[in-house]
Amino acid sequence: MSTATPTPSTDETSRRDFLYVATGSVAAVGAVSVAWPLISQMNPDASTLAMASSEIDIGAIPAGQIVTVKWRGKPVFIRHRTADEIKAAQDGDNASMPDPATDKSRVQKPEWLIVIGVCTHLGCIPLGNQGEYNGWFCPCHGSVYDTSGRIRKGPAPRNLDVPPYAFLTDTKVKIG
Amino acid sequence: MTFKETLTKTLGLAVAVAGLTAVASSAARADEHEQPTPTRQEWTFAGPFGTFDRAQLQRGFKVYKEVCSNCHELHIPIRTLGQTGGPELPEDQVKALAASFTIKDGPNGSGDMFDRPGRPSDYFPAPFPNPEAAATALGAAPPDMSLLAKSRKYERGFPKFIFDALPVPGGMYQELGPDYIYAILHGYEKDEDPNWNAYFPGHKIAMGKPLVDGQVEYTDGTPATLDQYAKDVASFLYWAAEPSLEQRKRIGFRVLAFLFILAGLMYFTKKKIWSNVAH
Amino acid sequence: MHGLSTFEPKNGFVKWLEARLPILSFAHGSFVAYPTPKNLNYWWTFGAILSFMLIAQIITGVVLTMHYTPEATLAFSSVEKIMRDVNWGWLFRYAHANGASMFFLAVYIHMFRGLYYGSYKNPREVLWILGVIIFLLMMATGFMGYVLVWGQMSFWGATVITNLFSAIPIFGNEITTWLWGGYSVDNPTLNRFFALHYLLPFVIFAVVGLHVWALHVTGQNNPDGVEIKDVEKDCVPFTPHATMKDGLGVVVFLLLYCWFIFYVPNYLGDADNYIPANPLKTPPHIVPEWYFLPFYAILRAIPDKLAGVIAMFAAIAVLAFLPWLDKSPVRSAKYRPMYKALFWAFVVVSIGLGYCGAMPAAEPYVTVSRVLSLLYFGFFAILPFLPRWEKTLPVPATIAEAVLAKSGKVEPPKPEPVKAAPAKAPTKSTRLWK
Repeated sequence: MSTATPTPSTDETSRRDFLYVATGSVAAVGAVSVAWPLISQMNPDASTLAMASSEIDIGAIPAGQIVTVKWRGKPVFIRHRTADEIKAAQDGDNASMPDPATDKSRVQKPEWLIVIGVCTHLGCIPLGNQGEYNGWFCPCHGSVYDTSGRIRKGPAPRNLDVPPYAFLTDTKVKIG
Repeated sequence: MTFKETLTKTLGLAVAVAGLTAVASSAARADEHEQPTPTRQEWTFAGPFGTFDRAQLQRGFKVYKEVCSNCHELHIPIRTLGQTGGPELPEDQVKALAASFTIKDGPNGSGDMFDRPGRPSDYFPAPFPNPEAAATALGAAPPDMSLLAKSRKYERGFPKFIFDALPVPGGMYQELGPDYIYAILHGYEKDEDPNWNAYFPGHKIAMGKPLVDGQVEYTDGTPATLDQYAKDVASFLYWAAEPSLEQRKRIGFRVLAFLFILAGLMYFTKKKIWSNVAH
Repeated sequence: MHGLSTFEPKNGFVKWLEARLPILSFAHGSFVAYPTPKNLNYWWTFGAILSFMLIAQIITGVVLTMHYTPEATLAFSSVEKIMRDVNWGWLFRYAHANGASMFFLAVYIHMFRGLYYGSYKNPREVLWILGVIIFLLMMATGFMGYVLVWGQMSFWGATVITNLFSAIPIFGNEITTWLWGGYSVDNPTLNRFFALHYLLPFVIFAVVGLHVWALHVTGQNNPDGVEIKDVEKDCVPFTPHATMKDGLGVVVFLLLYCWFIFYVPNYLGDADNYIPANPLKTPPHIVPEWYFLPFYAILRAIPDKLAGVIAMFAAIAVLAFLPWLDKSPVRSAKYRPMYKALFWAFVVVSIGLGYCGAMPAAEPYVTVSRVLSLLYFGFFAILPFLPRWEKTLPVPATIAEAVLAKSGKVEPPKPEPVKAAPAKAPTKSTRLWK
């Protein structure tokens, strides 16, 4: 085919090239725009986002007990700490640990420790009132947390996360 | 035969066939549709650039809440009243509204179901625990209203139904549902029979006349008339059935504009490429 | 008919790959250097449009699957959740639902194009039959997908269509029970329809592969229905010529498709399907989606249950026999005045059947449907005898000649009755692309 075509002038060549580039660019913009809904549809939907907070009645939890509630599909530990446990946690403030934090910085009221019950190592759920510090012990890979939910031994890199929460009344807490 | 000729021919034939069949069928149609067809109303959400009138949706919601909700479920989340493209109630109002409902939740730690105030993420509670209970109480189970405006239509007939799809003046008619709801609310024409409705197929409707002038108080100066209620509640129900309408039309305009530009560019590119080929 | 590829690997990796899996030279031969008849019109872009639609349906369908729940008590509300809560869910749902309609619109145009230009004739019989198989698979997929919404029309459509099988003598009831996995359409039915609806598009994809393979063996038919004689004179390379033309066709088709998605998304759907399935209440008019209407009309036209079912399936099956029913040596209706008239009559009959299928099963539609059904089959019955009466017009010797005649540069060929069958497809193209 091309042999039959007379050689186009430079002017025409540049005009033609411009047309090709313009068409290609516009088509590319279209393809990229279509990608956005395809990606976005996998993000949390409106109903999931709306469920982001839950209210829990903590009045019936006796001291020394840990209650597990669900928030955003994850377990949250609500621990009504005894005086001994609070003391143990505060005493540990100066010990050396992988992720240093004071007990005070991790609680709003000393008797209530609220942490996300997911081991910061690889996502298992630690067991309560176990381990060397009588805090939590993760059976998967042996991470040991104290009564403030801080990592003391084992492979986990961070302390148990504290979710956003607020005491609505003395016996009611809103998580999220 | 060129593309154009073929296209004209096909369209011509299609119209001819449909026309013939329609003529043949008009006799059959006459006795089948003894109820009048609803008239087409002016809606702010009609057309390619249509949007909802927020104040109208809020009034429509008021009518729903004070009247319809006594019998009809509206299976949508309460939070949607606050989302963009809808009535857009302020967040605190949505929260207060949600809290005014009692929601059954549970089981709690001891295994009991319990009542708690509603939250925006809850669905509007149904007036009856199940359709059977509603049917026992009312004689017939009232339909859920969340999709009512999309699940009701009326027969348009040939050739109107073709233009209903097309971007021509008087075309793009997608609001048959709201028009039907509006018509039904106006259809209670016999004072002696509250269950007779001009627009309901067969005229015998289980729902007695639900709305009269002045029944719902409007605070924004809009006339508190049956006609206004009907318009407002039909608009509200159309939003409830199609909450993404505004986003859809807005994006649609951009997409079509983009495609027109791309089609134009491709046409010229194609022409250039084929310019030295006899075809 | 590969335009023997001149693909020459330049870089090292391509050479390395080429020696192990010659996929790049294959793609080059099939979609770049492939010789395309010069005289194709825009009706030939529907192959590309259909490929596009298949991919679009698969992508939107996979997205919907991520959010849909195939369980009878949750299916309807999961669709509503997609429409209300999922990010862009309404877009995917409307694109998929209207995509089915657009897919069928395109396939019907594609089929009528093949019918008009005699694309089913020797040597393209297998190509045509593969197309009929794709059409059947599409119908099964479309039907089962419609059921997944689990609205009133989904449920009752499923009930009516699966009940067709109860017409089978002796085993009818056992077969419907087996299809349902119960004694009526219920959760097991929904589950298996979901599994099959997910599976079949990939089967379609595979058969489309065969369809394209067969096409590339025989080469494309063209509006003049004459075979390629000289690749250099009759053809252009697929890329960029056909690629760009197909691309334009796809974009114009997208304009229509997007109009439906964004502005009239529920126009083609049935309002009753926004009511959740209720096994105790049948909607007053059960109407399938528009693309099934002509066949539905044939089913209803026949008063006997078994005969109606047979007629409906025969209406599709008869298409597969077209290559042997049409005995004319001339392919294109362009040169067959009688066939051309008959073709347009067939188009009218098909549209008429579609209209009757949408109407209630009452007079005058029943009588009209019966007459039209007879005419539908009459078209196929009369085809074998047509060459006896038909005086065909002179067919150009080559594509190049047809193109020149069209542009008015050369006198049309002298009238000369056609006797011999058109030349067979060349087994190997004679020239290489430069």
